[in-house]
Amino acid sequence: MTDMPAEAFPLPRPSATGNLLRHARHVLAGNPVTAFSFLLLLFLVGCALLGPSLVPYDPQASNSMRALQPPSAQHLFGTDQLGRDILSRVVAATRLDLGIAFFSVALVFAVGGLAGVAAGFFGGWTDRIVGRLADTIMAFPLFVLAMGVVAALGNTVTNIVLATAIVNFPLYARIARGEALVRREAGYVQAARLCGNGEMRILLTTILPNILPIMAVQMSLTMGYAILNAAGLSFIGLGVRPPTPEWGIMVAEGASFIVSGEWWVALFPGLALMLAVFCFNLLGDGLRDIVDPQRRT
Amino acid sequence: MLRIALSRLGTAVPSLVGVVIVTFLLTRVLPGDTASYFAGPVASPEAIAQIKAQLGLDQTLPVQFGRYVSDLARGDLGTSLGTGQPVLREIATRLPASAELTLCGLLLAVLVAVPMGILAALRQGSWVDHLCRVLTTAGVSLPVFFTGLLAVYVFYFLLGWAPSPLGRLDAFSSAPPAVTNFYLIDSLLAGDSETFLAALSQLALPALTLALFALAPLARITRASMLAALDSDFIRTARASGLAGRTVVVTYAFRNAMLPVVTTLGMVFSFLLGANVLVEKVFAWPGIGSYAVEALIASDFAPVQGFVLTMAILYIALNLAIDLLYGLIDPRAKAG
Amino acid sequence: MRRRTLLASATALAAPALRPAAAQPAPGRAETLLLVQEYGPNSLDMQGLGSSQPVNGVALNCYDRLVRYKRVPLPGEGNGSTFDITSLEPELAESWQEASDGMSCTFRLREAAFHSGRPVTAKDVKWSLDRAVSIGGFATTQMNAGSMEKPEQFVALDDRTFRVDYIRKDKLTLPNLGVTIPFVFDSELAIRNSGGDPWAKEWLKNNVAGSGAFRVEAFRPGTETIYARNDDWKSGPMPKLRRVIARDIPSPSTRRALIERGDADISYGLPPKDFKDLAEARRVKVVGVPVPNAIWYVALNAATGPFTDVRLRQAVAWALPYEAIMQASLFGRGVPMWGATGGPTTAWPQPFPYSTNVARARELVQQAAPGGLTTSLLFDAGSATVAEPMAVLVKEALAPLGITVELNKIPGANFRGELNKKTAPMAINRFGGWLDWPDYFFFWNYHGNNSIFNIASYQNPAMDKLIDAARFAPDAGSYAEAVKGFIGLAEQDVPMIPIAQPLHDVAMQRSIGGYQFWPSREPDFRFLTKG
Repeated sequence: MTDMPAEAFPLPRPSATGNLLRHARHVLAGNPVTAFSFLLLLFLVGCALLGPSLVPYDPQASNSMRALQPPSAQHLFGTDQLGRDILSRVVAATRLDLGIAFFSVALVFAVGGLAGVAAGFFGGWTDRIVGRLADTIMAFPLFVLAMGVVAALGNTVTNIVLATAIVNFPLYARIARGEALVRREAGYVQAARLCGNGEMRILLTTILPNILPIMAVQMSLTMGYAILNAAGLSFIGLGVRPPTPEWGIMVAEGASFIVSGEWWVALFPGLALMLAVFCFNLLGDGLRDIVDPQRRT
Repeated sequence: MLRIALSRLGTAVPSLVGVVIVTFLLTRVLPGDTASYFAGPVASPEAIAQIKAQLGLDQTLPVQFGRYVSDLARGDLGTSLGTGQPVLREIATRLPASAELTLCGLLLAVLVAVPMGILAALRQGSWVDHLCRVLTTAGVSLPVFFTGLLAVYVFYFLLGWAPSPLGRLDAFSSAPPAVTNFYLIDSLLAGDSETFLAALSQLALPALTLALFALAPLARITRASMLAALDSDFIRTARASGLAGRTVVVTYAFRNAMLPVVTTLGMVFSFLLGANVLVEKVFAWPGIGSYAVEALIASDFAPVQGFVLTMAILYIALNLAIDLLYGLIDPRAKAG
Repeated sequence: MRRRTLLASATALAAPALRPAAAQPAPGRAETLLLVQEYGPNSLDMQGLGSSQPVNGVALNCYDRLVRYKRVPLPGEGNGSTFDITSLEPELAESWQEASDGMSCTFRLREAAFHSGRPVTAKDVKWSLDRAVSIGGFATTQMNAGSMEKPEQFVALDDRTFRVDYIRKDKLTLPNLGVTIPFVFDSELAIRNSGGDPWAKEWLKNNVAGSGAFRVEAFRPGTETIYARNDDWKSGPMPKLRRVIARDIPSPSTRRALIERGDADISYGLPPKDFKDLAEARRVKVVGVPVPNAIWYVALNAATGPFTDVRLRQAVAWALPYEAIMQASLFGRGVPMWGATGGPTTAWPQPFPYSTNVARARELVQQAAPGGLTTSLLFDAGSATVAEPMAVLVKEALAPLGITVELNKIPGANFRGELNKKTAPMAINRFGGWLDWPDYFFFWNYHGNNSIFNIASYQNPAMDKLIDAARFAPDAGSYAEAVKGFIGLAEQDVPMIPIAQPLHDVAMQRSIGGYQFWPSREPDFRFLTKG
């Protein structure tokens, strides 16, 4: 064996991101459904960002003379009971619904994830308190708890987001706690300790980012749930205030027109809603395959 | 086993206490003015004050809480203002209604989801697998009230296949003598086949709607655990030993894969029991969910408190039962 | 279809076995009515506190009053009847005579018996009316509205003679005896089961002790209420229906589907659009009766906030898109209350002289609030089907004038509380008074006594004077003058802008006849026929 400098035989140095992307491409290629859901997500985000400027009509403009018209050339999705263009409202609602989904998930990850990680990492009283809190919330029928929160605090978008976050808190806390327990004594954590980092710093800078991929799976599913939750609340009358366009309330209002034959009022927002939830559910499955090959289903 | 049960109950008590306190506070925080709502539109201030005193709402919060807890200790869950009946009695009739519906929906879901999940596991990666995933996910992606109304519209209104959504029984049947308040069980106990058929046909559409909602988690977990089982050593040994494919799948893999499914069943059941609120509204089902929702909107405290407490106790009992069942099925888990 | 007939015939065959041995065969389909409603009664005692709207129906069908209103046919073939509130018909009282000094009225009771078999006596009538004025709540308020305030006014002269003494001459006293409140209890049965409570409130909440045409066969709150005919009813013609099943079906879409498919016989409380569709399709019968003394209106707070300025209120009255509201929220199921020409009349409700005139509205807004303003509008989530489209249209009509309106949909229990605060700048509401006189409406909605219904908090001594004058006017001439006076004042000051008089719509199969409309708006089973 001659003594050769390392540069003469350049070994491919794996980069973490490169690995992840390559792995993702591999999974997506074998899983067309997941690939499709990614594309759908891009489409939805596009609608949310650009949609309101591209729609043919003002989502709030009513015209009672053109109420309840079936889909036609001028109104591709028809008009609703106040003569508003349904296509414009469905696209405009994308922003609000994705917003509700996104902020609910961000909130519950921040609070629930942090609480769970702290409980797993520190143990002791933190663990007990977080556990009790999660158990108490879990003991409530979740939809009724969401209803109770919105009924008590008022039906605004903020409170709907809050209610969704509260209801999902135990799940996130539990997952985060489990992941933190596993990583508590991991090598890199011990190394960080040895370097003199405080416990809180370790928690925030090493543990939390590491559980993000695992949580991403759950977060995707929760985004779908958040939209369905808002729809259910609207059906009861605790959804967003009129005349804000939101898929859930459009479906809830349109539901009463199904029997009289004006199917388009509920169908198109319903399809949009279903497409979004569908997308998030499939995305969750796909993310699980990418992130944790051991748990791939 | 008794030790497990007792220790579980021990940890459950603080949750129950938490639930009681939170529910009480939540209902008191509800902004509605119960007294004026139920006193009616033409009520004078004296009438409103009268109802307020009757409900004990003119007392301070701690006094009200004390009264609530002492009533609870006597088994008195109060009276509903909306229906005028004692809450305990209403829960006793409405809970079986919801439970019957949920169990039927769950059964239907299991009958479809488990074979689907097994099939998807056996044909992993094929179009069958993808189709199963798409179908089950689609079922859970629509708001459940929308699916319900659509079902009423298509199967009852347009096609006339389903009976009229009049609730648990159609107008001209009478309920069987009450033993469990599960109409299917009670009518069989009374030997009344007409009522049994009537109750069964009324259950069909709402149970179908609920089942659609429960398909996804059940199919998903069945597929995952079947895959895990099929990958395991003992299956490889069985195959190597030359056992027929069918025996391998059914006798060995399936049995072992069922454990996680049973746990998920419990979770799905309790989730459905609370979520069938919306289905009950669409199908006029006199269940506990619609009872609680109507009370909540009218700021009628007693039913809401009673409902939440009942569900919490049910949830704890259910989890305990599943843990014990798990211990029975899987000897490894018995160590507790 | 076959499955249903199979089940139906199976049940019909089984029916005799299911029912206890009865003297008559069980009521067949042709004698049983299936009514589907949003929610049923929460009590069987309309006089009791906290009784919901459907309890009026129990009082109507299971109990008798001294008198009822004269039945007057509705226009159109087979549409049934309404009533004339100024003309009374015998019910429990077979005749009556007002005293020559006009300060009392003596009633002669017919020979009738309670469901328990005991004969109805004047003692029972006294106990029942004493209860109505003493029990408090809605019942007492309604009794007071007809100047019946103290038990001393009710005198049982002998078993079958009963007298009501007046404390003042009030044209509303006798008509007030025909509303659902002053019904007659079997006082002995009630007292026997009272458990010490002089008014037997608990027992009467769950039990009927009446003499009416129907008894309650089953009372299952939240599911159904079943009524069975009292075959010994004497206070009117024997009802054709022997059994009525009133099912609670919360979802209006489901109720509509049931009616359209013929699986339910009669329903009310559907959204106006459904009634419009059903009326046009003509497969089922829709009877819409303008609700007497009732209007949908927009109230503007005349005591606090921006609308204390009458010019701004008038501006809103000129700006509202009345026709659009009629189409989009009521779907034509109402009588327009705008666009009147000529001065006020004595009819009520009557249209106000405003109509959609944006130019005039803009002029007034320029005068009153040239910089524009932001305000809010409340409406009840429970009546959102009508109120919400109305609110949205109001918001959009006011926006171009510089008035920005934020909409607040308030769930039922909170709505009353919010109105009580009297701080809401704008509100959409519907009010209906049982006693169909304009001064009655104005007393509750415009009088300075500031009742809960005076949502606009309108206080004007001139208005009070006119209302009081009308209430106790000695003759028709001064009455008419006072009425035209206060209506004219209301049109000018416009704290409440009337939109439309609602129709009370009922949908029924073509085979159902004998529909009877009363002020309480509850279905009357006593005159209905099937087939």
